[in-house]
Amino acid sequence: MKILVPLKRVADPDNANKIKVTLSKIETTGLEWKPNPFDEYALEAALRLTENGANTKARLGEVIVVTFGPKETETTLRGALATGADRAMRVDVTDDQLDGDLVARALKTLVEREKPDLVLLGKQEVEGDANQVGQILAEHLGWPQATAAGTIKSEGDKALLVGREVDGGALTLKVTLPAVVSVDPRIVAPKSVQSVHSPAHTYADGVRFSALMAIMAAKKKPLADVKLTDLVSDVALKITYTAFEAPPARKAGVKVKTVEELVQKLRTEAKVL
Amino acid sequence: MSNVLVVVEIAGGKARKASFSAIAAAREMVKGGGAFAILVAGAGAAGAAADVVAYGASKVIVVDDAGLANQVCEMFAPTLVAVTRSGAFDVVVMTATSFGKDVAPRVAAKLGAGYASDISGVRAEGGKLVIRRPMFAGNAYGVCEITTPVRVVSVRQSEFAPAEPSGGSSPVETTPFAGPDPAAARVEFVGLETGKSERPDLGDAGVIVTGGRPLKERFASVLDPLANLLGAAVGASRALCDAGHAPPELQVGQTGRIVAPKLYFAIGISGAIQHLAGMKGSKTIVAVNKDPEAPIFQVADYGIVADLFTAVPALVEELKKG
Repeated sequence: MKILVPLKRVADPDNANKIKVTLSKIETTGLEWKPNPFDEYALEAALRLTENGANTKARLGEVIVVTFGPKETETTLRGALATGADRAMRVDVTDDQLDGDLVARALKTLVEREKPDLVLLGKQEVEGDANQVGQILAEHLGWPQATAAGTIKSEGDKALLVGREVDGGALTLKVTLPAVVSVDPRIVAPKSVQSVHSPAHTYADGVRFSALMAIMAAKKKPLADVKLTDLVSDVALKITYTAFEAPPARKAGVKVKTVEELVQKLRTEAKVL
Repeated sequence: MSNVLVVVEIAGGKARKASFSAIAAAREMVKGGGAFAILVAGAGAAGAAADVVAYGASKVIVVDDAGLANQVCEMFAPTLVAVTRSGAFDVVVMTATSFGKDVAPRVAAKLGAGYASDISGVRAEGGKLVIRRPMFAGNAYGVCEITTPVRVVSVRQSEFAPAEPSGGSSPVETTPFAGPDPAAARVEFVGLETGKSERPDLGDAGVIVTGGRPLKERFASVLDPLANLLGAAVGASRALCDAGHAPPELQVGQTGRIVAPKLYFAIGISGAIQHLAGMKGSKTIVAVNKDPEAPIFQVADYGIVADLFTAVPALVEELKKG
């Protein structure tokens, strides 16, 4: 199976509370760049689908990673290559030149060139929290989509049985490839992905780490630069941001000593019981 | 002037409560002039139309077809697009439920429209809609505009109080199912497993009791008595869901459900940013945690530093005293 995994780098999501909004602009100064966690889950799932879990050194398919960003986002791509992806592409552009629709349209051209069987991506990136690129891409390609996948089972590399996490439960779809699948965090649980090569394999929970040797070897893996205008002629944005605001501050309340005091305050002060 | 189409979901033969938040957003959009219509699409939509005729819509459009029995977006998208085009609607609004998040961007792409997801506010300003939406796990809000002639938005349920009826009775008209998207030939609905719970849905509940990592296999035995007493929905932290102690659909947070009940109990929740993103809009927050330094106390209105395994049963006893 050939899989395309779009990745984005984001400001360290575990320190997102340190983001400052000054003069209507977002400041992420001092925050580290990290790969979007959902995209890391997608990459992990892609690797699991293209290997035998008992012998992960032999690649049994191809995983191509692509990012949209300036030169320094090559770090994100090299990290993905070190984890096991086979080759990488970087579309040279900055975040303010992009919206979800433009990314999806550019990806469409890349998909037509590369002809993957599957586009596997995070259900949202944790900066814009927009949750739309996969769906828009699927529509532009005329492909089926399965969003918020918590489980994926390959059916002979021809179709996927996808367990989607939906409000109130799990919805299972069978999608015939090629298709677009976006993933939820549970996709990296030990038995969430069943590849055709080792369906019964139990993985370590979470995403894999790269060995030092792999980090060195990743420097030699192919990484191609692509111009955005080679992929799309219309680079106009469909959404423009005019300002950013800080969220309303929430003050810390009081600590109570006993449950009696708590119930009394909920009844008489907050009046919520 | 906006000509708005609200897409209402059906659950159990009735208009889904979450969809009334989308009606509330549509009312905001037409304050500067214009009108909104409501589309009820699904198998059994004809019966559910009665639920939405008293909300001030110019009309209620019904598409009732067996092809729309399951929430498969490739089945719904063409109908949503056809209704938008035939009514010359320039805004399509849904609630950002799991179905809204799935189908709305696909509809936007078909229409060549810009799509703003999970918005928390909207204001009509001249012919424009000024949209506000949470970003960075709720640590910043972006103010944006959609630049295309047709605009698609999904609204965050917790940020728009469900619309109340305004009286009157909108005319109901029936429109045929537009048929499946060609891609639907490659999607098969296999099944939907829902938790068999008598409790309210997390998105609709006035009180939510959420448990974190320390509860482990005692998640239900500790929280159920409290939730039952308060008629509350039960939620869980990501750690608890990932460990398999709570089903994934109960997860509250940036990656799970985003809620804003009247009263939120965070039991054994440390208060990671990703969890706070899902609940800090709650009116009153109560935190029970052993660690006095836990970040949850920075957003809680009332906190108790205590072992939850003794504090929660004691709380239940105290509440029973009435």
